[in-house]
Amino acid sequence: MDRFVYLTFDGLSRGAVFAAFALALVLIWRATRIVNFAQGAMAVATAYAGFSVSSATGSYWLGFAVAIVTGLALGAVTERVVMRFVDHSSHLNGVVVALGLVLVIQGGLGMIYGNEYRPAAAPFSRDAFTVGGVALLSRFDLFVFAAVGAVCVLLALLFTRTAVGLRMRAAAFAPDVARLLGVHVGGMLTLGWALAAGVGSLAGMLVLPTELGLHPNAMDVVFVSAFTAAVVGGLDSAPGSVAGGLVVGLIVSYVSGYLGATVAPIAVLVLLVVVLLGRPGGLFSRGKARTV
Amino acid sequence: MLRVEKLTAGYGGIPVLEDIDLDVRAGSVVAVLGANGAGKTTLLRTLSGLLPLQKGRVLIDGQDMRGVRTEEMVRRGVAHVPEGRGVVTELTVDENLRLGGLWRKDRADARRALDEVYELFEPLARRRRFPGHQLSGGERQLLALGRALVGRPKLLLLDEPSLGLAPKITAQIMTLLADLRDRTGLTVLLVEQNVRSALAVADEAVVLALGRVVSRGTALDDDLRHAYLGF
Amino acid sequence: MALRLTKPRRVTGVWALAGVTLILVLTLTLPPFRTYQLATVGAYLCVTAGLTVLTGLNGQLSLGHGALMATGAYTFALCCNAGWPLTLAFAAAVLLTTAAGAVIGLAAARLRGPYLAGLTLAVAVVVPAITSTFDGTFNSDQGLPVALEPPPATVTVEQWQAWLAWGGALITMLLLTLVIRGRFGRELRAVRDDETAARLAGVSVARTQVLAFVISAACAGLGGALFAVLSQSVSPGAFPLSLSLFLVMAVVIGGLGRLAGAVWGAVLLVALPALAHSVTDGIEVQRLEGNLPLALFGLTLVAVMLAAPGGIAAIRIPRRRKA
Repeated sequence: MDRFVYLTFDGLSRGAVFAAFALALVLIWRATRIVNFAQGAMAVATAYAGFSVSSATGSYWLGFAVAIVTGLALGAVTERVVMRFVDHSSHLNGVVVALGLVLVIQGGLGMIYGNEYRPAAAPFSRDAFTVGGVALLSRFDLFVFAAVGAVCVLLALLFTRTAVGLRMRAAAFAPDVARLLGVHVGGMLTLGWALAAGVGSLAGMLVLPTELGLHPNAMDVVFVSAFTAAVVGGLDSAPGSVAGGLVVGLIVSYVSGYLGATVAPIAVLVLLVVVLLGRPGGLFSRGKARTV
Repeated sequence: MLRVEKLTAGYGGIPVLEDIDLDVRAGSVVAVLGANGAGKTTLLRTLSGLLPLQKGRVLIDGQDMRGVRTEEMVRRGVAHVPEGRGVVTELTVDENLRLGGLWRKDRADARRALDEVYELFEPLARRRRFPGHQLSGGERQLLALGRALVGRPKLLLLDEPSLGLAPKITAQIMTLLADLRDRTGLTVLLVEQNVRSALAVADEAVVLALGRVVSRGTALDDDLRHAYLGF
Repeated sequence: MALRLTKPRRVTGVWALAGVTLILVLTLTLPPFRTYQLATVGAYLCVTAGLTVLTGLNGQLSLGHGALMATGAYTFALCCNAGWPLTLAFAAAVLLTTAAGAVIGLAAARLRGPYLAGLTLAVAVVVPAITSTFDGTFNSDQGLPVALEPPPATVTVEQWQAWLAWGGALITMLLLTLVIRGRFGRELRAVRDDETAARLAGVSVARTQVLAFVISAACAGLGGALFAVLSQSVSPGAFPLSLSLFLVMAVVIGGLGRLAGAVWGAVLLVALPALAHSVTDGIEVQRLEGNLPLALFGLTLVAVMLAAPGGIAAIRIPRRRKA
């Protein structure tokens, strides 16, 4: 029972990170109908930048800020320089271009930093508090919850309460109509990519200290988990992706805890298959229109 | 107000419209009539910059619109209500209307304009929080029109407002257009297939056929009306 | 129409014969290392040819073909180590991978675009986890040695490898050419271009998509087994995610829509790393090793996708229209 409680909290903490990462995927999917397969690699790249600054200056928080800002910039540049020019006549194109970016980023990181694991420090202790002999949460887990919670609230406020958010939604749903109403659709797309990549960087900074550390491929498995989370949530729904993230986090934690860490990716794959075949529109969707 | 000179435009280099001349006086309603495929929608899309101008000039208040991007048109007082109503169905009525005034610097007047639209369109006021996809066809048309009016345009480009609507609602919309023209001096370029209801409010009419102007005037010639419009 | 059908068939035979001759001449004249590289091209060609059918002709993107290759390679290794003869081990590798492909294909037929890409990506990523979870069979990260029968007496190891690899590659190309030429090929393209229209024309979309996946999986299985022959060992490290991405890149750059593109793709997969290696050889920077080709592949891929205005569709060589 103690173990179950511990694993539950651990799962929620992992889930929060998956949720943030899935949220970033959903942001771009809703705006451009592209699943950004390069998001994991982009997050790793910014984390490398962040930890480089941290180890050079000795300040974790400076590095943290650098990682997020680099993420915002990298997202904007990716949209402006590459994604904007992708031809949308085939849904394959966006995926293939994103995969090209994955190779470029991973190759580039390998050339600069090498292919061995580098330590990724956590800003807070990862030792869990114990209450009545039961290990619950660490300070770092609390930091994860606070950071992801803050991001969710800020994004929700941005999209529902601000003029920019309204413009972004209009640009995503109906680009031509939005243009007729004076919305700079291109700018909104750039902003959307920047925000998504920034959130992805945050997720990277939160997940890397809990894994093996920094490595060009460090986010591959995380990406699959987050993609699964986004699919569980329906890929179109921001609240759904958060719920999906928590579901995936809990499953990964329980499976790792009871069956062994190596089984966790297999469990994620099984979940993805089950959801895609059972409810391709996500667990919270209603029926889908027929095409014939 | 709006002057179109020798306009040629179309999709992918193939002209749909050729040598169109048009003169719309301020404070008038001009109807653009014609059958399916005559180029009516293409004309409006070109005027608001959604399609590139291949040849010719478009002048609004004497200013050449070449190189002015679609996003800028609304800031120059041009509102385009696209065919199929262009309501963003994922957004609520209120969000759609606010979107119409987001570009304006004068926030206070944008809010005033929003309130006026709610007064003008009673059905919308009752459904502020409804998402667009829950509205009826008529309500969507009112919403699209209202959203354009929130921007207090000088020139309204209206694409087939009667499409799929009951005759009664169409008549209401036409009356409203005439009223706006008389009260606020709004200029309207009205694209319609529904000739009778359009002519009921129009000061002038232009008939397009296969991308060319084939007739224009205040009262349409009977023969032409018969030949091109079929009644 | 009848004329058009008989003529290409004869041409195919000529091509096959020319291929066999060329390989024989090359393997007998090239130095061992070049022969080994040639063999690698052959092994890759099996996979890229299958992937060209799947992605180019049928419009399904798979990021999991590295995992399918791993399936073939491990099956082959286990069979060889159990003392099975070579041909049986190959057959087992192809059959088991075909079965795995059928399972994924059944799922894939219900999925579109990014969903399919995500699912196959998950399959690719899960390979090390499977080898670790069942380490009794797969021996975790260390992998397995492959106890290969020695080649016939007068033949060097490299020549033997090249003949096996190219034997597989030529058979694959020949079979695929025959399969995609007829009705099935038209159905593949019809489903790719417009599923709804294909369905209305009486094509079973799901059946076509599953079959395409099964065919390309069989090819990947054979390719994987040939990789086991080449490296004489199998380990998860030989089938990383980047391998799957490389394969996609190779068929995209090689040119989708024609099997000939698969040949260029396979050549590229061997030539580009070799080229990068020869460039970095003098510089003594270890980090460039392996990473430079990665970055180069990525850049080429992005550049090709952006420069061809129609993306993948435009890279296709336009087919001549019949009146």
